[in-house]
Amino acid sequence: MPGFDFSNYNRNAALHARGVPLPKATSTGTTIVGCIFEGGVVIAADTRATSGPIVADKNCEKLHYISPNIWCAGAGTAADTEFTTALISSQLELHSLSTGRKPRVVTCMTLLKQHLFRYQGHIGAYLVVAGVDSTGVHLFTVHAHGSTDKLPYVTMGSGSLAAMSVFETQWKAQMTQDEAVKLCSEAILAGIFNDLGSGSNVDVAVITPDKTTLKRNYIKPNERTQKLKSYKFARGTTAVLNEKIIRKEDLGNFVSVQEIHVAEPGDKMEVDV
Amino acid sequence: MSSPFSINGGACVAMVGKDCVAIACDLRLGLQALTVSNNFPKVFQYGDVFLGLTGLATDVATVSDLFRYKVNMYRLREERGIAPKTFANLVSSSLYERRFGPYFVSPVVAGLDPKTGEPFICGFDSIGCIDFSKDFIVSGTATDQLFGMCESLWEPDLAPEDLFETISQALLNAVDRDALSGWGAHVYIIEKDKVTKRLLKGRQD
Repeated sequence: MPGFDFSNYNRNAALHARGVPLPKATSTGTTIVGCIFEGGVVIAADTRATSGPIVADKNCEKLHYISPNIWCAGAGTAADTEFTTALISSQLELHSLSTGRKPRVVTCMTLLKQHLFRYQGHIGAYLVVAGVDSTGVHLFTVHAHGSTDKLPYVTMGSGSLAAMSVFETQWKAQMTQDEAVKLCSEAILAGIFNDLGSGSNVDVAVITPDKTTLKRNYIKPNERTQKLKSYKFARGTTAVLNEKIIRKEDLGNFVSVQEIHVAEPGDKMEVDV
Repeated sequence: MSSPFSINGGACVAMVGKDCVAIACDLRLGLQALTVSNNFPKVFQYGDVFLGLTGLATDVATVSDLFRYKVNMYRLREERGIAPKTFANLVSSSLYERRFGPYFVSPVVAGLDPKTGEPFICGFDSIGCIDFSKDFIVSGTATDQLFGMCESLWEPDLAPEDLFETISQALLNAVDRDALSGWGAHVYIIEKDKVTKRLLKGRQD
């Protein structure tokens, strides 16, 4: 971990002490779920990103790649989930390269929890870690303070209650892959429609011992209808005071290119081949 | 004291068109309700990529200079200009490095992919979370107004001339409903073989 740069911290803390509010980060007020089935695991997420009450991104990706056999769904501060998963993904890749083995889900989970615990909850990443490795199928949740759970079905984020209500009424042991995908996407749909922090589409990832399939926008229940009318303005509507056009071809007029002749024989620099 | 994001005021918007992108900003620099300057552009050009910065003006100046330095160093190392996608990741990681002491800026990146010519725009929060978008990105004190304007005016596959009218009207009408933004605007229309920069006539109140 290269570490963070705190050089603006004192300035911002001084500002905060004078009553300046903290900047609002994009948060994934989210619904994310995971569910184990016979021979694999499914994780799913909605695709809304919010900044306060504003919908910042209508179709963002909350399913993060860790390694080919491990994927992660993230809720909480969007930048933290993005960078924490990328960091652990990189560490796991190097680890598996040096050991010559495929990474294990527990390794990933331990790396994540130790990183998050070190930052005492200030890194606001709430994650669902799912994967298949040599020891079997695994599903974990990791909280920002570093606590973890291992369960057959999990939900997280602001829509976790809506999603959990679906799991608690419909979940059963020994499901097939199709049943698990259906259950997970229904849990996400419950979040999309009943939680204001979640919305738009359903993303699903299915991990089995032989392959991982990412179904981006598996269900799109909120497609925008086409506008009945075009709102194009007539050209020349906007008053322009000044115009400057820079053409790529004209740029050559300001630069002179000179070929520098290099003598072929003589002492060339020695280079390893 | 108010939020550092709304001390100086300012607005920025980027849009995707057919084989072109546009990025625009207002020109106001203020100190709460007092306008200090009406010539403070918030869009910066680094080779073929464009960066819009709104937020605390001191950080807008610092961050724009920082990225000019970083892009120049990239060009010297790589012997080519930086691609918009690469630049977006540079912005993202540079901002996240200061996760616990951020710059108070909301950047917007716009440009065309140097190889494919594909339009690219994206926005960020102050700690570097990227918001990839296929339509438009807004930032600044007129964010709410710009979201409303863009959501209603924007349509897919606008030609450069139509994109200019759409982005200009979206920005102009949004900043007219924001006391902290306005006082003229700069609009860049970026096409494969040329860049057009226009100064718009806007309300001076």
